[in-house]
Amino acid sequence: MLEGKKVIAIGERDGVPGPVIAECLGGAGLEVVFQVTECFV
Amino acid sequence: MSDSSKAMRIGVEGVFYSLTHVPDLVRYGSKPSRETKANHNLAEGLAKKLRSFPEAVAYAPHQVYIGNITPQGLSGLPKPWYEKLIEGASAQGRFGDLVDEEQFYSSLAASDQFELVTLEEKWFQDRGIKQTNARVPRLRPLAEVQALCDRGAFPLYSGNKLAGAFEAAHAEDANLSAEVLLENLAAKVTGAHSLSGLLKQLQMKPADVDYVISCSEEAVGDRYNRGGGNLAKAIAEEVGCENASGSDTKAFCAGPLYAMVHGASLIQSGVCRNVAVVAGGSLAKLGMKFESHLKKNMPVLEDVLGSFAVILGAAKPSAPHMRLDSAAFHPVRAGASPQVMAEFLAEKALAKLEMKLTDVDRYAVELHNPEITVPSGSGDVPRTNYLTLAALAVMRGQIQKSQMEDFVRARGMIGYAPTQGHIPSAIVYLGHALDALRDGKISNAMFIAKGSLFLGRMTQLSDGCSFLVEKG
Repeated sequence: MLEGKKVIAIGERDGVPGPVIAECLGGAGLEVVFQVTECFV
Repeated sequence: MSDSSKAMRIGVEGVFYSLTHVPDLVRYGSKPSRETKANHNLAEGLAKKLRSFPEAVAYAPHQVYIGNITPQGLSGLPKPWYEKLIEGASAQGRFGDLVDEEQFYSSLAASDQFELVTLEEKWFQDRGIKQTNARVPRLRPLAEVQALCDRGAFPLYSGNKLAGAFEAAHAEDANLSAEVLLENLAAKVTGAHSLSGLLKQLQMKPADVDYVISCSEEAVGDRYNRGGGNLAKAIAEEVGCENASGSDTKAFCAGPLYAMVHGASLIQSGVCRNVAVVAGGSLAKLGMKFESHLKKNMPVLEDVLGSFAVILGAAKPSAPHMRLDSAAFHPVRAGASPQVMAEFLAEKALAKLEMKLTDVDRYAVELHNPEITVPSGSGDVPRTNYLTLAALAVMRGQIQKSQMEDFVRARGMIGYAPTQGHIPSAIVYLGHALDALRDGKISNAMFIAKGSLFLGRMTQLSDGCSFLVEKG
């Protein structure tokens, strides 16, 4: 269902980091066009 | 707990925590300065929601910061804290103080060695502000101050009055712009205030300080040396530590704990008899979440510059001390998930001392005030960190899943620090920890800080540092 979709992954410092989200979604067939980890404090 | 002869104990001579209330500088915080340029209505909204100094003093989290209320006491106080102000609150605390904007402007001018700061003479004289050192502030009539601002200097306001101007030091170098130098000088002044306050409290002569480490976050330097640093030495000079040298230790929000470990190592190795660890406030972070606060009709709560100073020395029998042999770091190979962070910074660090997660009476994590962060959707940061530690204790079979809330309640605390990055990162609790250790309320406390290295775009890594403090 998600295969071929483009995705922007925004990770959070105290949650899931951007590269981890990108790794999971990339493995599921999505195209990660941008990933970043941010700190919201 | 292991008490082997290899235990490395470093004394904590004292701590000082200060908040400088600068409502009229909130507009120069990174977020407000960008957003108000794009939307002028926001500037008006911001101006209407700034707090007075008495309101900032009577704000319960600030009273916790300077030591007049314990973190445990704060959890019992009615919310919202910004409405339920503490009656009769004092700007002087058990281990610190709150400084008002007028005093700050005077200190800014007095610590300026490059004619960056000009104060409006009538405004200055009318207030009879006490000078913090022998350097005389540069005073000019209003028309001249206004002319400086017209030529590009940053106006320094006091309410709706023009109180001064802050000039750039170079026409082309962005690193010496008024904006950057104001940030840097603010860090120097607030850091120096905390170190000076601590020395007075300890009745210690500035000349007796051996070494100063600054863990302030500002990038001091010109275009060829951006971030070149050694704000520590500038602070040492400002305070009169004439026999000290110093250096900066930086690791984003983890900087203060690294600075503590480095300072303790200098003492353990015999290089220094004592080390002052100091940090000034972060002007760029003022008003970081002001839009959320305005939307919720709250006062703009990020209106203070935080600073602190700690003096480390030889451990004294029966006094609380830092266990240098407990120090732990987040290694490159570790990855950045919260679980891995907790494993390396808490579990593995404690294992070195043959301790479990449940052997720690109190954890100090990133103690951001949730009243500031929750309205913006950033959540309750300390609680998230405590739940991660509790979950790890469940995974290791040290507590039951049903005991997680008890773990958080007993070993954690509510956040009370302003969102000043390095300031809330565990170090803010050291004063209360020393009190609780001396009073026998706790036997030990673990300090854990994390750093968001990825923000600098040099690596995707996070970082972290931790250590244990225990009773004598």
